[in-house]
Amino acid sequence: MRLLAPIKDHHSERRLFVARVAMTSSMAILLLGVVVARLVQLQVINYELFAEQSQGNRYRIEAVPPTRGLIYDRKGRVLAENLPAYQLEMIPEQVADLDDTLLRLAAMQLIATEDIDNFKELARSGPRFKPVTLKLRLTDEEIANFAIQRPRFQGVDFQPRLIRHYPHGPAVAHAVGYVGALSKEDLQRLGGSAYAGTAHTGKTGIESRYEEQLHGEVGYDNVVTNALGRQVPSDSRDLTEALPANQAPAPGDDLYLSLDLDLQLVASKALENKRGAVVAIDPWSGEILALVSTPSFDPNLFAVGMNTAQYAELQDNLTRPLFNRAIRGAYPPGSTIKPMLALAALESGATNLQHTTLCRGYFTLPNSTHRYRDWRPEGHGRVDLLEALTQSCDVYFYEISNDIGIDNMHRYLDMFGLGHATGIDISGEHEGLVPSTEWKQRTFSDYDRKWYPGETVIASIGQGYMLATPLQLASAIATVATRGTRYQPHLVAASENTLTGERTMYPPLKLADIRLNDEQSWDVAIEGMHAVMQGARGTARAAGANAKYEMAGKSGTAQVFSVAQDEEYDEELIDELLRDHALFVAFAPLENPRIAVAVIVENGSSGSRVAAPIARQLMDTYLGYGVHGTQ
Amino acid sequence: MARSEPQLLESGKAAPLSDLGRIMRRLNIDGPLLGGLLLICGLGLVVLYSAVGENMRLWLSQVVRLGIALLGMFIVAQMPPDFLRRWTPWGFLAGLVLLVLVLTTGEVSQGARRWLDVGIRFQPSEIMKLAVPMMAAWYLHERPLPPRFGQLMVLFALIVLPTVLIARQPDLGTALLVAASGLIVIVLAGLPIRFMLTLAVLSVPGAYGLWQFMEDYQKQRVLTLIDPTSDPLGAGYNIIQSKIAIGSGGLFGKGWTNGSQAQLKYLPERETDFIFAVIGEELGLLGVLSLLCLYLFVIGRGLYIAMQAPDTFSRLLAGSISLTFFIYVFVNTAMVSGLLPVVGVPLPLVSFGGTSMVTLMAGFGILMSIHSHRKLLPH
Repeated sequence: MRLLAPIKDHHSERRLFVARVAMTSSMAILLLGVVVARLVQLQVINYELFAEQSQGNRYRIEAVPPTRGLIYDRKGRVLAENLPAYQLEMIPEQVADLDDTLLRLAAMQLIATEDIDNFKELARSGPRFKPVTLKLRLTDEEIANFAIQRPRFQGVDFQPRLIRHYPHGPAVAHAVGYVGALSKEDLQRLGGSAYAGTAHTGKTGIESRYEEQLHGEVGYDNVVTNALGRQVPSDSRDLTEALPANQAPAPGDDLYLSLDLDLQLVASKALENKRGAVVAIDPWSGEILALVSTPSFDPNLFAVGMNTAQYAELQDNLTRPLFNRAIRGAYPPGSTIKPMLALAALESGATNLQHTTLCRGYFTLPNSTHRYRDWRPEGHGRVDLLEALTQSCDVYFYEISNDIGIDNMHRYLDMFGLGHATGIDISGEHEGLVPSTEWKQRTFSDYDRKWYPGETVIASIGQGYMLATPLQLASAIATVATRGTRYQPHLVAASENTLTGERTMYPPLKLADIRLNDEQSWDVAIEGMHAVMQGARGTARAAGANAKYEMAGKSGTAQVFSVAQDEEYDEELIDELLRDHALFVAFAPLENPRIAVAVIVENGSSGSRVAAPIARQLMDTYLGYGVHGTQ
Repeated sequence: MARSEPQLLESGKAAPLSDLGRIMRRLNIDGPLLGGLLLICGLGLVVLYSAVGENMRLWLSQVVRLGIALLGMFIVAQMPPDFLRRWTPWGFLAGLVLLVLVLTTGEVSQGARRWLDVGIRFQPSEIMKLAVPMMAAWYLHERPLPPRFGQLMVLFALIVLPTVLIARQPDLGTALLVAASGLIVIVLAGLPIRFMLTLAVLSVPGAYGLWQFMEDYQKQRVLTLIDPTSDPLGAGYNIIQSKIAIGSGGLFGKGWTNGSQAQLKYLPERETDFIFAVIGEELGLLGVLSLLCLYLFVIGRGLYIAMQAPDTFSRLLAGSISLTFFIYVFVNTAMVSGLLPVVGVPLPLVSFGGTSMVTLMAGFGILMSIHSHRKLLPH
């Protein structure tokens, strides 16, 4: 043992320690005194108050769920409402024999036998006084049947509840979304107490993104119950002293969408039995006028609750009805990007209005024999830029493609918002893809990193790596319509506090303008699109015929697979799923545009024949010429 | 009786000691301390049986945990303080390494990394509950007391480092308890009074800083304490129900297994953090005061052992272990009766669960070792 340092004074140190123990233990005694005083206060002074609260009559706080806000279209027509319905509930603490009760309910076919264990678990895990929902919506017949048997089911009763209802169901399902049963994960995310007494929450679309505004704030009542759990009037005992005051729930805000129900219905009808999507935008505000994806589904099934077979049918259906093609479907944009590439070509000096090309129906790169085919096998003859847009001549764009260069294409398409999420106020957007040399370098492994001239050639007609969503195309073409003024697409135009009637407007969000060196270039792109629909040789002149207003459009036909060299392209022989996608973008009126539309019909073969008439119908409807206003 | 023990040892006669006493002496067991602990654990098991809803399986698992913890205490009691002191820096260092490992590779559970799985699953922060006061006592052992300013700074650094690591998990409750156990060593070693006053003044901006550092759920707990009725369906529910349980127990309680708040499950976490409310409801004021007296006895015995200890390390360590035990008792009872925010500190030796019990009992093992080995140390 080492000797201690000589300066250590053991006696004084011990005295110091004893003094410190005395000091700390007196503090401890003091603190413990506070706890004892508190216990005396609770258990002696306020004993009667607490005893009454706990023993004779028990009080409990019952959550009063708020009423969910309604959703309207731009003209005030209801898209989502709350309808009264009866649901079957069970209060565990009032049920004498849980197993027996559940078995007898299953025998009456009010609950499924395979759900019995699940309900047992729910009844045991939650507070005993909290109702467990057994069935969300009872039919009139079920209510009648149960009413007769009710005395035999102590603790089980039907309760009126509000159930979400979507009067136009499938036509607005992909924009408005739906509510579904609140899950454990939802509760964790949203915070448990705010959702006490609520059984549903927004799962997709507007219902999900604006959950906070739509939900409102939970209220609560102090409910006094006797020993059996039966509610007694709260004024019969003076227990209110220590109870928190009752609080009425604050209903959720109503939302006014920019959607036009008429357009939704027209688009849904036009896409009936097709797989496709339509997006319409007000170019001068970014307000979404229509957002439709087909096939659709009935959102009411989610609100009411469906059985596993129904859900499996939706989930496993090959046509994918739950998939929102308007914002999640990424398609090769095809020739719909040509107006924007015309701008890129003019601005970068790759072409001018005088430059012409002789189109023979195909194009080959120097020192190569590979033929890049035009959609028209016999060719378009000699065309300039305006004619190339009007007739959608591929060879003209093939020829100038390498003069524009892929990175220039990327730069201009990027300015129009392609390759980025648009920021629309519903979730799940696909970002799309606009390739560049930098992108290929970053994405591919060693051998495939180099960008080839041939890839630029096919990029000039929106093929190859390029992908865009219908929403992106609508937004991009809206920017052409405004000559470079951009707005972020959005669905909610206003919200309204239902208590005060106070309206909050959601103003358009302006994005950075596209500034061209020569503003005249816009005229070329727009005039070309005008001729597509209303010129003598326009590819979609059939769809543009007999109109009382001027319009602009561009067709696109996106290859799903590439046709081998010199092979005859025969639609009849190709399985439907391998047919080309039909695309069309348009806006109207030509001067002072009010609507921009993007349409895609999967495997629709021809943009101008299949997709263009749908775009025309939407423009006619919105501009007040009726669906068949011109005929 | 305790005073007579040294004489007995010197004389070598065992006549006034019973056989039991002689065996305990040889096993380095302190009789009064063991008695107090067993009474607390016994009362705890009785209450726990009621709190777990007379579930025999859960109750027996707690009995097994208690057995393991007592065994741990006996083992630690056999290690002489000299031995403990020599290994202290290595233990502290190992603890720090484990804390860093927890932050980088620990299991994530409910948003926090607190557990480490190396063969056995444990919380390294538990090690620090003992390692921090041991390290502080080790540092002061051969230095003259009261400590000088520079030494104080070193001590604060030794305490702050593990505290911050634990707070990052995040586990603010344990972090504060670990910091307290180290600070108590410094206070007992003679931290100047003016220093403590300065700290008290600095605690105002310190509390503000802590508020910025706290997670949302922790802020909510403090806010709910100030006004439990502000969120009666959520965070305020525990406190409201706990107060009703304690208050309705009155002087004599509703009787064992008869507490309606606890048995009808109105009271949340009744077998863990809120078990004190079950005692209050079922055994009344008399029951909780009896338990508090038992705690006071154990703490008093611990402080007595500290004052009897022959060297600085043992003295400071024994004092810190005893007073930290008091802090556990105080924080839990004050929290359950609605005086402090809900910080998730169990009622020591009574709440269901084994992790903290092993650490506590190891601490008492150290106390016993210090007391029984004191005559074997040269002066």
